[in-house]
Amino acid sequence: MSTALAPAPAPPRTLVGFSGKDSPEPALINTCVHCGLCLSSCPTYRETGLEMSSPRGRIYLMKAVSEGRMSLASEVFQGQMSECLNCRACEAVCPSGVQYGAIVEASRAQIQTAREHASGTGPIRPQGASVGLIRAFVFGRLFKSMAMFRGFSWLMKMYQVTGVQWLARNLGILKLMGTSEMELMLPRFSSTFTVPKGQVYPAEGTKRQRVALMPGCIMSTAFAHVHEATIRVLQKNGCEVVLPPNQGCCGALHTHGGDLDGGRELARTNIVALEQGGLDELDAIIINAAGCGSTLKEYGHLLHEDPAWHDRAGKFVAKVKDVHEFLAQIGLNTADLKPLPVKVTYQEPCHLAHAQRITAQPRQLLNAIPGLKLVEMAESSLCCGSAGVYNITQPELASSLGARKIENALATGAEVIATANPGCALQLAVELKKKGRDVPVRYIVELLDESYRGVRSKSLA
Amino acid sequence: MTHLELVSELRHIVGERGLVSDPDALMTYNADGCVMDTHDPDVVVLPTTTEQVVAVVKLAAREHVPVIARGAGTGLSGGATPMRGGIVLVTSRMDKILEIDTRNNRCRVQPGVINFELTAFLKSRGYHFAADPSSQKACTIGGNIANNSGGPHCIKYGVTGSHVLGVQMVLADGSIFWSGEGIVEQPGYDLTGVTVGAEGTTCVITECWLKILPVPEATRVVMAVFNDIRPAAETVSAVIAGGFLPAALEVMDTLALKAVNDAYQMGIPPGAGAALIIEVDGVDDGLDDLLAEIVQIAKDKGAIEVRPAKTPQEQVNVWAARKNAFGAMGRLAPTYHLVDTVVPRTKLPAIMDDVKRISKEVNLPIANVFHAGDGNLHPIVLFDSTDPDQNARAHKAVEEIMRLSIGYGGVISGEHGVGIEKQEFMSYMFNDDDLGAMAALHEAFDPEDLLNPGKIFPRKVNPNELAATRRQASTVPGGLAAIVAKHGEKVWI
Repeated sequence: MSTALAPAPAPPRTLVGFSGKDSPEPALINTCVHCGLCLSSCPTYRETGLEMSSPRGRIYLMKAVSEGRMSLASEVFQGQMSECLNCRACEAVCPSGVQYGAIVEASRAQIQTAREHASGTGPIRPQGASVGLIRAFVFGRLFKSMAMFRGFSWLMKMYQVTGVQWLARNLGILKLMGTSEMELMLPRFSSTFTVPKGQVYPAEGTKRQRVALMPGCIMSTAFAHVHEATIRVLQKNGCEVVLPPNQGCCGALHTHGGDLDGGRELARTNIVALEQGGLDELDAIIINAAGCGSTLKEYGHLLHEDPAWHDRAGKFVAKVKDVHEFLAQIGLNTADLKPLPVKVTYQEPCHLAHAQRITAQPRQLLNAIPGLKLVEMAESSLCCGSAGVYNITQPELASSLGARKIENALATGAEVIATANPGCALQLAVELKKKGRDVPVRYIVELLDESYRGVRSKSLA
Repeated sequence: MTHLELVSELRHIVGERGLVSDPDALMTYNADGCVMDTHDPDVVVLPTTTEQVVAVVKLAAREHVPVIARGAGTGLSGGATPMRGGIVLVTSRMDKILEIDTRNNRCRVQPGVINFELTAFLKSRGYHFAADPSSQKACTIGGNIANNSGGPHCIKYGVTGSHVLGVQMVLADGSIFWSGEGIVEQPGYDLTGVTVGAEGTTCVITECWLKILPVPEATRVVMAVFNDIRPAAETVSAVIAGGFLPAALEVMDTLALKAVNDAYQMGIPPGAGAALIIEVDGVDDGLDDLLAEIVQIAKDKGAIEVRPAKTPQEQVNVWAARKNAFGAMGRLAPTYHLVDTVVPRTKLPAIMDDVKRISKEVNLPIANVFHAGDGNLHPIVLFDSTDPDQNARAHKAVEEIMRLSIGYGGVISGEHGVGIEKQEFMSYMFNDDDLGAMAALHEAFDPEDLLNPGKIFPRKVNPNELAATRRQASTVPGGLAAIVAKHGEKVWI
C-alpha cells in the first residue's frame, strides 16, 4: 500500500483528438445541430459547392478530430482549417448561435502547436524552416514592436516614392520572383504615420464625449490619413480625442492565424496602455477598422482562462466601440454636413457585419450625407477574399472571391466604393487595378470628413 | 471494377475538381440534416451539366453502383444519406437560372439553385416562387422537388408539387426524359408527379420548369400571444372552419419561443405559452378588415396580446425567427428529433394535448413549431443522443406521435420526406398491397434499385423483390399478404 509510485511520465503529444490548452471546446462544437442553414452564407461554399468547405462541414471535421475519429494530421482537416476565411458570416446566421470563430481559431492553434512540435518522422508535417522564420519574424517581432513596424513601413514607403517600385515593376523582377500579385497588395503608405504619444485633440463646440482612438499597426502607417479623418469627424461630433501612448497592434492576425499566445501578449499590452491612458475617464475606445474592432471586443474571450486579466479585459471591452456604431449611437452631427453628390456602394467588412453585427449604422451614416446616393451591391456582406493573410495562404480562392466582389460592386455603377477595413480596402484596390478600373475606394469616415469640410478630395472630383 | 477504376472513370467525366475521393472529405457527406444514421459514400461527384449527369448515371448503371442525388444536404429525413455507399451526385454547381418568362408565369432552372435566391432574383421583377420551406436560405430547388417541400405559405399556395410544371429526368439507364413542357396541362400519365416527393428514387433531376407568381400587392403580419398552446391551436381550427384562407398560420410554443425570442428580438413576453403568426396577403383594399376578423377569432379564443409587425423589416424579423426556430434547437439540447406528421386541422388541439402528455411520460422536453394552417405538426423531441436511455425514450415519443397522428386520420410526413427517418413507419400507414403498388411503380423507373436505394420502403423490404412478388401474387391464394407473411422478418437489404 505504501509503495511509492514513480511519477508518471508525461503523456506523449497525441494526434488523436485535441489536447493541451486552446482546444476547441466539445460543448461549443456540439451546439451545431447540422441543419445547414449556414451553407449559403459561406464564401468558400459558394465558390466550391463542397460540403467540407462549408461551416457545417468544417465543424463536422472538428467534431471528428475532437472525438478521436480523425487524426489532427488529416490533410483534409488541416486544409479546411486553412481554407476558412474566418469571416464568420456563418456565425451571424446560425440559429443555434454556434461560436464558430472561437472553435476555428482554437483548431488552428492546435494545428500550429502540433507543427511546431512535429519531429518530421510522425504523421504531421513539421513547419517548413522558411515558414517558421517568417512566422517568427512577422508574428513574433514585427507586429509586436510598433517602432519596428513603423521602420518597416518607412522602408516600404521609400520603395514606393524613390522609384524603385517603378523600376521593379517595369523590369519584370516581380514576375520573375513570382511576387507580382503580392506586390500589388502593397498599400500606398501615408505621408505621415499616426504615432500615439498622448496627443489630445479638443472637441469642436460643446464637449459631449472623451474618447480614445486606437491607431493600430497597418492603419497607423498605410492608412494614417483615415485616422486623421476619423479624428476630425469625432471632433466635429463634440468628442475630445486622445491617443494614449504605448499601445500597438490589436493582435488580429495572430488570433485569426492560431497564434493565440501572441494575440494575448498584444491584448495585455493594449489593456495596460489604455489603463495608463485613463480608461476610467474615457466614454469610449474608438476603432475604425472592422477586423481590429472585432478583435478588441473579444479580448474577454481571448483571456478568459486568465483570472488575473479577465476582469481587466472586461472593463476594457465594455468601452470599445466601432466608430460607425459610436457615431450612430451618440447621434451624428448632421447640421454641419455639406453636400457630397456622389454615387456610393458599400462593401461590408465581414468583421463589422458578421463578427460585430454592425450593418445598419454604416448605411445610416452614408445616407446622412446630403447628395450622396447609396446603391446596394449584390452580396454586399459576402467576404471579398482578403481575410488577413488569406491572399498568401489561399491565392486562388482569394482571387476568385475578389473578382466576384468587384463585379458586384461595379455592376451598381457606383463612383466610389465605401468600406471600413484595411484588408478590404487593399483587396478592392488590387482587383480594381487588375481590371484596369479607376474607382476610388474610401472609408466611410473619409466621406463624412469630406462632407464636413465641404471639400472633395482629388480622387472624388 | 475496382474503386480506383471507378474514381478514374468519374474523373474523366467531371474532371479533377468535380470529384471528392479522400476518405476524410467523404465523411462530411455521410449524412444530411438528419444525423440519426450515417454512411460514407464511395465517391462524390459535382457535375455542372446534364451531359455529365447522364455519363455518371450510365457508368453507375453499367457497374451496378448506387447513385444518390444531393442538393445542399439540408433534408431532415436522411434522404441524401448513402445507405449503401456508392456515388453521391451533388447538384450544388448546377445552380443556374436558365430562363425567366414572367409573361407566362414560369421559369426554368437547374436543380442546384437555392430556393431563396430564386425568390430574391424574381422579386426585383415583381414575382416569387411560392414554396418557402424554413431552410430556404440554403436548400435547393432539386431537393424541394424530391421531398415535395412545404413551408409556411403552402396553406394558401400549395406545396412544391403545385409549382412544378415539368422536370428533366435522367432515368436509371442514363436516358433523358422531359415530364412536361412548362405549361400547366399535361396529357397522359403525370410523370412530374412520379418525380415530386420520390426522394431521388425514380430519376436524377437535371432541370425543371417552375410556376412563378406575382408578389401580392399587400401583406400584413401579426403575432397573437397565448397563455397556452391549446387556444392557439383552437384559433387555427376556428379560422380554417370559418372559411378564411390566410397566407400563413404558424404556431410556436413556449420552448420554441425560448430558443428564438432573444436571438431574433421578437419581444414576446417571457413565459408566454404560444405565439400564432397570422399572415394575410392580397389586394390592399379590405385586407385590414379581413385581418381584423381573424384577430377577433384569436381574441375570442383567449389571445392575451396581438402584436402587428408594422414595417417590412419587422415582418422579415418575425419570419426569420420562425424559420430559424428548428435550427435554434441547439440552444436547448445537443440533439433533436423533428417529427413531421399531419393531422386534420380540427384535431390540432387534441394532438397538442397528447404531445404534452407524451413529453411528461417520456420525461423529455418537446418543443412545437409548426405549419398549423396546414395541420402539419413539428413536435421537436429534445434529448442527448450520447445517452442510450434518452435515445430510447425519444424514439418512444416519436413512435407514439406517429401512431396518434395516423389514428387521427393524418399522415406520417408533411414535407420532410420519408428517407430513413420514417421508413419503418411506412408500414403503420400502408399495408402490403399499398407498398406493393408503390414498389411496382418504383421498379418501372429503377429496375436495378440503384437510385438512392434503402429509402422510403421499410428496411426489411426490398422494393424490387416486393414488386416481383406482387406479380406472382395474382396466382397465389391469399395474395401478396400471404407471400409477405411467409418471408417473415427476413431483412432484404
